[in-house]
Amino acid sequence: MTHSHRPTSPALQIYRPQLTSVLSITHRLTGVALSVGSLMIVAWLVAGAIGPSAYDGVLVFVRSWFGLVLLAGWTFAIFFHLCNGIRHLFWDTGRGFALRTIYASGWAVVAVSTALTIGCWAAAIFLAWGVE
Amino acid sequence: MLIRSSDQNPRYTLLKRFPVPRNFKTDRSSRITRGKLWPAPSRAAKIKRLEVYRYDPDKSANPRLDTYEVDIEDCGPMVLDALIKIKNEIDPTLTFRRSCREGICGSCAMNIDGTNWLACTRFLSETANPAAIYPLNHLPIIKDLVPDLTHLYAQYESIEPWLQSATAAPDRERRQSPEDRHRLDGYYECILCFCCTAGCPSHWWNGDRFLGPAALLQAWRWLADSRDEATGKRLDELEDPFRLYRCHTILNCTRTCPKGLNPGRAIAEIKKMIIQRSS
Repeated sequence: MTHSHRPTSPALQIYRPQLTSVLSITHRLTGVALSVGSLMIVAWLVAGAIGPSAYDGVLVFVRSWFGLVLLAGWTFAIFFHLCNGIRHLFWDTGRGFALRTIYASGWAVVAVSTALTIGCWAAAIFLAWGVE
Repeated sequence: MLIRSSDQNPRYTLLKRFPVPRNFKTDRSSRITRGKLWPAPSRAAKIKRLEVYRYDPDKSANPRLDTYEVDIEDCGPMVLDALIKIKNEIDPTLTFRRSCREGICGSCAMNIDGTNWLACTRFLSETANPAAIYPLNHLPIIKDLVPDLTHLYAQYESIEPWLQSATAAPDRERRQSPEDRHRLDGYYECILCFCCTAGCPSHWWNGDRFLGPAALLQAWRWLADSRDEATGKRLDELEDPFRLYRCHTILNCTRTCPKGLNPGRAIAEIKKMIIQRSS
């Protein structure tokens, strides 16, 4: 007797992660993270409009270790999404599809978005130093 | 690591698979169980292990992963050679498709060490030990390494892969300038092995409606053909949120094509053509 229901071969469970798929899912994830992050910006602005005590409340959260981790994550998310978005714009014009270009631009996105994140935080820490 | 062509194996792999549960999104009957070990004869000189996906439709059992020990001193250099040796000498029930053994028929496409390739053009020496051999991804399995490709062929048929022309047929062959012929290079060579479509995450999630890289590369092959006169009709058929635009330029297709073709570029050309005709 044959099975009436054939099994499905494994896909995501066994397929090797490659720069192509990893950067694609990262682009999707950073996009979702940025949507959530925009709510944080709204909360920050609304608190500022309400008054000093509400604003201080937001600052306490932002300056906590959890808040800082979120901020660092969002910083990387916005730079990654920006850089990879530019990569997608090139693809939309039909350019950059040679496999070596796909890999070179992919690694460039990783390097540049990491450098921009570190640079942004270095600048922020440097400026905060000047204020205090 | 920089990859220059699709036949290049990464020298090392940070992650062998995505960090998801083994049975992520798999129904009960598709879960893979541990199979048996087929040990090499004691006279074997150099042993290589192959972990092979097995499924027997005649038994009401789940798919399993059998481990075969192959003496590679007494075996051809390719993964297909090892599979044929297993079938000849170790386990005649092992089932797989193969024909030309030189990378032109596309029959022996399968997932080798996590990426799709033709078993006949992948060296055993390039595979891990144990080498992981699975059928093409996310397809109904008929037996062992033989997936049911009916749906993929139907998708190919849906793009009407034949010359369409309103003008009367000429008395002689339809002529084409060398430049026009050159536009088909990199697209006409597709052997329909479906390595790309089976490796496309978009096709895993939306394969019922998204045509997938193989069919779309073929669609572009006919759009790019100077002798074809159905360009408008073809684009009308493709301009659809699912059939074409489920492609999110992941580019697993271009990475895995065993013929070194570029389905990603073909799909981008289709998208460009649609924008250009409406502007």
